[in-house]
Parts: sequence; C-alpha cells; structure tokens
Amino acid sequence: MENSAPTSIAFFTGFKVSDLLFLGEAALRTLLISVIAITSGSLLGILFGWLLAEFNRYLTSGLNLVLDIFRSVPLIIQLILLYNFFPIVGIPLSPFVAGTIVLTVYTASLVAQVVRGGVEAVSLPMRRAARSLGMTYFQDIRYVVFPIGLRAVLPAWTGVALGVLKDSALVSVLGYIELLRASQILVTRTQEPFIILAIVGGFYFILSYPIARITDRLEKRWQYD
Amino acid sequence: MIEIKGLKKSFGDLQVLKGIDLRVQQGEVISIIGASGSGKSTLLYCINGLEDIHGGQILVDNVDVHASATDLNRLRQKIGMVFQQYNAFPHLTTLENVALAPRIVLGKSKSEALEVAKAQLVHVGLGDKFDAYPSQMSGGQQQRLAIARALAMEPSYMLFDEVTSALDPELVGEVLDTMRLLSDAGMTMLVVTHEIGFARDVSDRVAYVHEGLIEEIGPPSSVIANPKSEHAKRFLANFK
Repeated sequence: MENSAPTSIAFFTGFKVSDLLFLGEAALRTLLISVIAITSGSLLGILFGWLLAEFNRYLTSGLNLVLDIFRSVPLIIQLILLYNFFPIVGIPLSPFVAGTIVLTVYTASLVAQVVRGGVEAVSLPMRRAARSLGMTYFQDIRYVVFPIGLRAVLPAWTGVALGVLKDSALVSVLGYIELLRASQILVTRTQEPFIILAIVGGFYFILSYPIARITDRLEKRWQYD
Repeated sequence: MIEIKGLKKSFGDLQVLKGIDLRVQQGEVISIIGASGSGKSTLLYCINGLEDIHGGQILVDNVDVHASATDLNRLRQKIGMVFQQYNAFPHLTTLENVALAPRIVLGKSKSEALEVAKAQLVHVGLGDKFDAYPSQMSGGQQQRLAIARALAMEPSYMLFDEVTSALDPELVGEVLDTMRLLSDAGMTMLVVTHEIGFARDVSDRVAYVHEGLIEEIGPPSSVIANPKSEHAKRFLANFK
C-alpha cells in the first residue's frame, strides 16, 4: 500500500521544457486554423467584393446586409451561436470545424469591403482605356483592375489577416486547444501566468511577423511612384 | 469608313446628342470643336461602343457598333482611342504598357509584342523611356505613351478626346506634333479638341458641335476662318 501511490498529489508543478512543446503544438493549431480561414476567407471575400463593386447596388444589397451582420456581431457570439446551433439541427461540429467556418466567413466579410475598395480604386477612365484596346471584361479585371487594386489594398488586407490571426484565440471558448487555450491549461497547472503568457505572446509575434514582413516587402517591390 | 446616322444619346433626362450625322472617309482627319458639354466626347465614346446609344446608328467598316451580334472587343481593335486623362497603366513600365494589349488581345508572342511596342515608342519619341514607369514621366510623355499604346494595336482609326486639355501649356506641342506625324502618315482621325490652331492646320474638315448637333461642318478655311452660325462665331471669338 505505501509504495503504490504517492501520499500527496502535487496539484501544481512548475513550467517544464516539455510544456514548450505543448505550446509549440498549440501554435501550429493556431497557425492551421488561421491559414485556412485567411486563405478561404480572402478568396470568398474577393468574390463578394467584386460583386459589391461591379453589380447594381440593389442587386447586392442582400449580400451587403449579410456581410455587415458578420462584420458587426462580436466574433465570440458568432462562435458560440454556430457551435451550438448545428447540434440542434442534428449536425454536431467539432470545435475546429465550427471555428474555421466562423473565422472564414468573418474574414470574408472584412476582405469583401477591402476588395470593393480596391476595385473602386481603379478609375473608370482607366478601365475604359483598357476596354478601348479591345480587352475583354475579364482581361481588364485580370491585367488592370487586379494588379492596381491589389497594390492599393495590400496594407488593409494585411491588417485583416493579422487581426484574424489574433482573433483566432477566441476559438478557445469552444475548447479547441490553440495557443490561448493551451496557455490557460498551463497557467492553471503551473500558477505561473507571467512567464507563460509572455511565451505565448512571443509565439503570436513569431506567427504574425512573417505576414507583416512579406507584405511590407511586396509593397516596396510594387512601388511605382 | 465611319458612318454616323441620326445618333441620339441621353444621360437620364438630359439628351446630349440630338441627331448627329457624320461620315468619316478613310485617311480623313476631322476635328470636332465646340463648347464644353456640347457632347463632343460622348460622340467619340459612342463610336467605339464605350457608351450605348438611344437612337440612330454607327457603322464602322459597315459593322453596326451597337448591334447585339457585334463583337465589340474585336471591333475596338481597329479603333484606337486616346483620352484626356492619360490612363497609362501605373503598375507597368512604358514598354509593358504598350506590349500588353498586342500580347493578350492580338495573341502575339511576348517577343513579337515587345518588338511592336519598341517600334511604336520610338515612333512617338520615347525610345529612351522603355523601362520608365508612368509616374516617372511628364504628362506629355504619358500622353505620347497612350498614343503609342493605341497604335500598337495597328488600328484603322484613331479617336482623340481632348488629349491636350490636362497638359501644362509647354507640353501641348510635343503631343500635337506626334498627332501631326500620324496624320501625315495617312491615319484616319477624329479629334475632339480645343486647340483651334491644330484643327486649322491639320484637319481636312472641322465640325462645330453645339448642344448635341453638328451645327457647321466643312474645311477649316470656312468653319474656322469664316463661320456662318452665330454660335460658332461666338465660340471661335474666344480663341482669337
């Protein structure tokens, strides 16, 4: 009896090197959900933004309203609503899937406005000049509107991407073990919030920094004035 | 040949063109003059289908520009247009600006398109600016770039929409000189302009447009030197 179990259980143990691995794994999950959401959300947002910019205001007013809702309702409410709604209709979602869907739509609603601005940044005379050369509508979009608009909105898009990366922390409320959730688990165990939150902050910085740098570099390379 | 018959065009309740008739022969240079807002620019936009029309007909080489069966993209290949705003593509170098349409619209190979572009740029006096971006060039240079870009499509007709209006006075001459070269080479040109001197020296005919109608048309010696209509007289008096 005396040898089979320790007499007292240690509830709190200090921060160990293996915990770094745990955090690293969680950082990869943050990266995964962010990359999926930013990529698919941006693609959807390009489609929506193009519709908003190029089609009649009345035709797109419904889309505009829906996007406005996703832009205005706090992300954490959207997450909890969606995560709990699907089981009610008989389709249980994993925290990862629910989180990815909400982050994607949220990203799309933000990117749509950015893209709309980008399309509208290309003046009507410029587009007429392109068409007067015999370009088709989609050649005009592909060779004139897209490259000019992209340069105009890259800083705004970067802001959205960095925001979504950080907002992905909210998916923790669903139980998806990404960086923030992992840090909460470790803080509970180690009672060392200061060091753990500092490390997690460092991880977020490491994830964000390349996005900021790459877009910075693209901006410089694309500078033509 | 460009034939315009009874052309009418409105923007909402405002009728801008009220029945324009004009026939442009091959090799002819016609200047269109008149007060701002008289519908001159709109007329050009209608000719290459950038604006739809509400009455009448425009035929370019016997093709009805506004017929639904007309392939406008194909038709526009033979109608070059230069605008008041230079509209150089800001993200492309001078050479790329000119080579783009020959490559993607005419399907020329990259090297072919670049050859065409170089030739046209040399032609308009920008032989030393191949790698410059539009933002590094003066307004006059950008406008000559726009002319080269239109010419690279080897159009049969050229439309000029107040191409010197946005230029500083000292840059107007270089653009007009380029247009003179073009007219000497036999290009068919429709030129909306406020440069009365250019209209007088270069055009075969001058059309005076007043409130959506061609009020007077004929050789410069009559329309500019000796206008008959009161409106034309008053308009031209501003340029004396």
